[in-house]
Amino acid sequence: MYRVKIRVTLRPSILDPQGKAVEHAIASLGSGTVRDVRMGKYIELSIDERTESDARRVAEEVCRKLLANPVMEDFVFDLEKT
Amino acid sequence: MIAGPHIKFGVVVFPGSNCDHDAYYATKKVLGQDAVFLWHKDTHLQGVDVVILPGGFSYGDYLRCGAIARFSPIMKEVIRFAEQGGTVLGICNGFQILVEAGLLPGVLLRNTSLRFVCKYVHLRVENTGTRFTGLCTPGQVLAIPVAHGDGNYFTDPETLAGLERRGQVVFRYVEPDGTVSEAANPNGSMANIAGIINERGNVLGMMPHPERASDPVLGHTDGQLLFTSIIEWTRARTRQGREEKEIWAISAQPK
Repeated sequence: MYRVKIRVTLRPSILDPQGKAVEHAIASLGSGTVRDVRMGKYIELSIDERTESDARRVAEEVCRKLLANPVMEDFVFDLEKT
Repeated sequence: MIAGPHIKFGVVVFPGSNCDHDAYYATKKVLGQDAVFLWHKDTHLQGVDVVILPGGFSYGDYLRCGAIARFSPIMKEVIRFAEQGGTVLGICNGFQILVEAGLLPGVLLRNTSLRFVCKYVHLRVENTGTRFTGLCTPGQVLAIPVAHGDGNYFTDPETLAGLERRGQVVFRYVEPDGTVSEAANPNGSMANIAGIINERGNVLGMMPHPERASDPVLGHTDGQLLFTSIIEWTRARTRQGREEKEIWAISAQPK
């Protein structure tokens, strides 16, 4: 069994109005040094596979087909044996 | 109500669809056609001529708008139907489902205002050579409402250039006089895109709601043009198909 921690982020070319709004809110806190806020998603899941390469293959596929939309998002994941 | 043989619309119902009854009402009650609901767990399209993916918040917009609906059992059939040339109209959430399913290119991002926008907008018909717009006049401006939080059409520059070159941008947000402006764009869409069609010309996705501008009681009827165009096109094709069959049957008769 492997525990997978996935981060889905907007691709750099995509405008992130939500991130911009949060950035403005941070600025209104009085911090003038915070820049380039980008919002994304964090997903955890377990994969019941024997080998790490199999678990990686499944995680890759789930990310590519469902959790991230390649038109606008990138993904990365960490994988840990449990 | 329009005279002539009926065509059959199928309105897909996902958990969270909320414009399904509006689409059913517009096609069945206002235009007097046949219409059926297609449940998301169904695996049969009941012989419909046209599939409508209605607006709403399928699966609560979880993950991304349309991302989960795309994996519904009925969508396998809808994709097959589209691949065979069947007519598919995606409205609002239906448009989001079509891009997630890969039947249309691009993606619908959060509105740049970050606000849900619900109002009448003006659309310019950019292509009247489609089965969805055949009864419109070139450059005609339609008043049709939008109601969405994620309608900001985005794609890569090459895809956009291809869409423009091939006339796949069917509707654009414009001023009432038909001029394109930033102010007329409710959501930040690239090139003021409100609706696009696939290359083959049988799958159309649009953010505005033609079904909400179909009943004269509600004040606007511009949305009817989409449905009447589809009805006319489908009837003409059925007629043509019948004639071809007859010609074939006659020529195949032994002399």
